[in-house]
Amino acid sequence: MYSPADMLEIPFADWVDDFVRGFLVPTFRPVFRAMQEPVDFLMQNLDAFLNAVPWLIFAAVLGLIAWRTAGRGMAIFTVLALAFIDMIGLWSETMTTLSMIITAVVFCIVLGVPLGIAAARSDKFLSILRPILDIMQTIPSFVYLVPIVMLFGVGTVPGVIATIIFALPPIIRLTNLGIRNVRGDLIEAAKAFGSTPRQILWEVQLPLALRTIMAGLNQTLMLALSMVVIAALIGAGGLGLTVNTGLGRLAVGTATAGGVGIVLLAIILDRITQGLGEAKKRTDESKSVKGTVSRLLKPIFGGSRSTEPAE
Amino acid sequence: MAMATKLSIKALYKIFGERGDEAMRLIESGKTKDEILAETGATVGVNDVSVDIEEGEIFVVMGLSGSGKSTLIRMLNGLIAPTSGTITIDGDDIAHCSDEKIREIRRQKISMVFQHFALFPHKTILENAAFGLKIKGVGVAERNERARKSLAQVGLEQYADSYPEQLSGGMQQRVGLARGLAAEPQVLLMDEPFGALDPLIRRDMQEELLELQRSLGKTIVFITHDLNEALILGDKIAIMKGGRFVQVGTAEEIVGSPADAYVEAFTKDIDRSRVFPAQRVAKPAEALQKADLVAPSALSAMERLGRDAIYVVENGKPVGVLRYRDAQGALQNAGGDCLSALVTSFPKADRKKPIFELYPLARKGLPIAIVDDADQLIGVVEPETIFAELAGDDETVEEEAALKTAAE
Repeated sequence: MYSPADMLEIPFADWVDDFVRGFLVPTFRPVFRAMQEPVDFLMQNLDAFLNAVPWLIFAAVLGLIAWRTAGRGMAIFTVLALAFIDMIGLWSETMTTLSMIITAVVFCIVLGVPLGIAAARSDKFLSILRPILDIMQTIPSFVYLVPIVMLFGVGTVPGVIATIIFALPPIIRLTNLGIRNVRGDLIEAAKAFGSTPRQILWEVQLPLALRTIMAGLNQTLMLALSMVVIAALIGAGGLGLTVNTGLGRLAVGTATAGGVGIVLLAIILDRITQGLGEAKKRTDESKSVKGTVSRLLKPIFGGSRSTEPAE
Repeated sequence: MAMATKLSIKALYKIFGERGDEAMRLIESGKTKDEILAETGATVGVNDVSVDIEEGEIFVVMGLSGSGKSTLIRMLNGLIAPTSGTITIDGDDIAHCSDEKIREIRRQKISMVFQHFALFPHKTILENAAFGLKIKGVGVAERNERARKSLAQVGLEQYADSYPEQLSGGMQQRVGLARGLAAEPQVLLMDEPFGALDPLIRRDMQEELLELQRSLGKTIVFITHDLNEALILGDKIAIMKGGRFVQVGTAEEIVGSPADAYVEAFTKDIDRSRVFPAQRVAKPAEALQKADLVAPSALSAMERLGRDAIYVVENGKPVGVLRYRDAQGALQNAGGDCLSALVTSFPKADRKKPIFELYPLARKGLPIAIVDDADQLIGVVEPETIFAELAGDDETVEEEAALKTAAE
């Protein structure tokens, strides 16, 4: 039987080895080091902070956030779920996972929202970005780990970086979509009053795109959750490690406990971010950033933040 | 009535499509919009429009959809860049200036009211009204105060803290108007502002706009597809078709002497009595001087003119009307002194008043005194003329007009 390999064998793997080991890593090592630093900084501090916060205070704060954004039922669920996690002995791992997720999502917002804005403003930029996002979303999560290990080594921080890259596309896409879907006549009105592009962005586009951007944030968060577990394969800690260890030792109980912890965390985070994105029945507060933030702060400051007095 | 020109538009063209230069050449060679579209694929939006818009007037552009009126108004504040031509406001050419300069002009001089209101749904009514001021960089306290004042002008200050979606269409457009006025522009562009409102509300809004304009005296460019609206609001009206101005003139000129069959077709169903001013159907007054008033000469004057009553003036101002039978009575009883027989509560109307509004006066049965701004008697309108006019008898109007011209 004829096979193309009879005619020509391509040493593809060797080429990649040579390229990465011989050129990319030695040449750009300082660059990759530098890229790790902010991630490392945020991750370490968050991890230390979350592990230091007593259970009671953490549960109270997260319960409060859940209550304001997703309702009373969700608040009760949150507190019970956190209690359960603590009881099955996975509190520290959960906090590590949470700090990884928060770090990843923060960087996804910092990178993704500006990229989404740029894509919304320029069709050219979008046409370059779109195939890259398509590729990013079609690559299986496992495959991400190979170049990450090559470039960044192993450990929790490379795990977070893999998570950032994996979870980035939805927030870019939905930021772009949200801004592009803002009604044309509103943009025209903003222009007609002499707004600069920056004023149009802050006054009209971002506030009106906020719901869509929040949906993107929710998607990004969910992707980050799934990736953070897989990142355990390259040495990241947290609940993923628990699952991974359990799998490796065929310890069904340990793996299940880790899995349950992840699911509970996922439900809590999903509901809270969905609650943030949804426009509540609008009373005196708008669905703007200000409204969302003040809705969160209200119970803390006892609702003292009154707007202008009514007549 | 010499007024300063506020906006001056010269040889303005807008061609949409890639082969604009080629289309321009075809326009110059006199091809029509459709021919150019077929040949080059370019759409002629605005075709050689030149006009001077005076300060303080309402300039209405009336045209059907696709006539280029929306394109035209968007060129006036630079939302659409013209292909060629100039638009001058206070010496600045909007068609050829930097982005920064055009933003400056929009902030300081020109604001706009939109057909579908275009209120910001995430901002309160007050924030919407204050938008232009915020963009200008006015501080929060001052802009809120000025926005409140502007909302008060349109009667919506009590809704300051509501959101647009909580208001009806008519109220939303009032907010749109307040937003446009809050920045205190010199020129207000209104793009079919009442087009999305139902007829009753629209009627109210038109009157409200006229009322506001009386105190504000802004230069307003108003776009509409409704000729009635154009006639009610416009100090000057331009009829637009295929990107061109077919006719520019006052309501009376448009309805009275349409430039072509297109304009004529539009004006056919227009109620002339609402458009034509009283002076158009007025007859020469042939008034008598109060000083020389004696019954025999008054009677003979009335007989000569074939009228039942005649006006008496003093220094050109009407002081009363003398009826034929009162003059006869005066001759028999008072020996010819008919001053006491004068009817001093006579009907009087300004010469610019639409004929339609003379109807209540006509019911008195006396000829109506038509006066100018200085209260000088310039003519009279017989009640029969008004009734004939309201009955839709076109010929009478023309006849009366012809009579008037002949008399002059």
